[in-house]
Amino acid sequence: MRRLFVFGLLLFALPVAAIDTDKAFDDPVLQARYEKLIEEVRCLKCQNQNIRDSNAFLASDLRREIRRMLAEGMSDDEIFDFLVARYGEFALYRPRMQGKTLVLWLAPLLLLVAGGGTLFVILRRRMSMPIDDMPVDDKTLDNTVVGRD
Amino acid sequence: MTRYLVPIGLFALLIPVFIIGLTRDPSELPSPFLNNPAPAFALPSLTEPESEVGSADYAGEFALINVWATWCVGCREEHAFLMELSRGGAVPIYGINWRDNRPDALNWLERLGDPYVFSAFDADGRVGIDWGVYGAPETFLLDPNGIVLHKHLGPLDHDIWQRDFVPLLSGGVAAR
Repeated sequence: MRRLFVFGLLLFALPVAAIDTDKAFDDPVLQARYEKLIEEVRCLKCQNQNIRDSNAFLASDLRREIRRMLAEGMSDDEIFDFLVARYGEFALYRPRMQGKTLVLWLAPLLLLVAGGGTLFVILRRRMSMPIDDMPVDDKTLDNTVVGRD
Repeated sequence: MTRYLVPIGLFALLIPVFIIGLTRDPSELPSPFLNNPAPAFALPSLTEPESEVGSADYAGEFALINVWATWCVGCREEHAFLMELSRGGAVPIYGINWRDNRPDALNWLERLGDPYVFSAFDADGRVGIDWGVYGAPETFLLDPNGIVLHKHLGPLDHDIWQRDFVPLLSGGVAAR
């Protein structure tokens, strides 16, 4: 049991062994920005990982570039611009809102409104319906539920 | 029955979308450099470490830029075709040896042949990032003005060359 527990704990340590987790900056503000940035950038080689979690060549190169840019005093937006100019909007886990990516941002909202609207209409129609006018399958459904009670 | 037609109809509309989605390779990303100027670079030469090679060397001519490395399986796969291509002389091939080590890379060229006018030695991947490289082999076709006409991800072969590159080589400049 105890051995299993230790093994379980070690599993959590695996990502640490893989990546250069050394503190990049002494300045806590820069360090915090660095940690946030590497979480937001996709590793293009291993597409469902961010560059914080990946130890692919490319991810460590990109981390190094981001450290360099932070040290040079570039803003987060300038760093994102640097990446997008080279790898496209796909490099960012949260693509910026603009022409090409607008549909990505608006689709969830549109779907929610469409679904909510449909639900609303159906419920309204049902509430104003006398029981006898209900579609047959709904009535039998109600009966079976009541019948089982 | 008619009340089911709407959802079934909507689903039928979605099916072609899914089918098209399945045929696409999600690892292939559109390059932001397409139809834009390729980034300039200058690096030590792989074969002559003291001399510098780079984008200035192919200014004013069509050029094929091939990103390769000895650890890259796809590069080994396309190497014979690159040799054939360089013998044909349709377009000069320039290599960017990406994230590699020099003895291995030199050994590779000696053993398998060297299709490149030169190979730039990008040991730390800095130029690779400038070119938006994320998986070797990658091949860029540049027109004489340094505009990227096409980028191919993965090993090149005869069919891909005929289909994607040859038409651009014959009409690339006139088209813009």
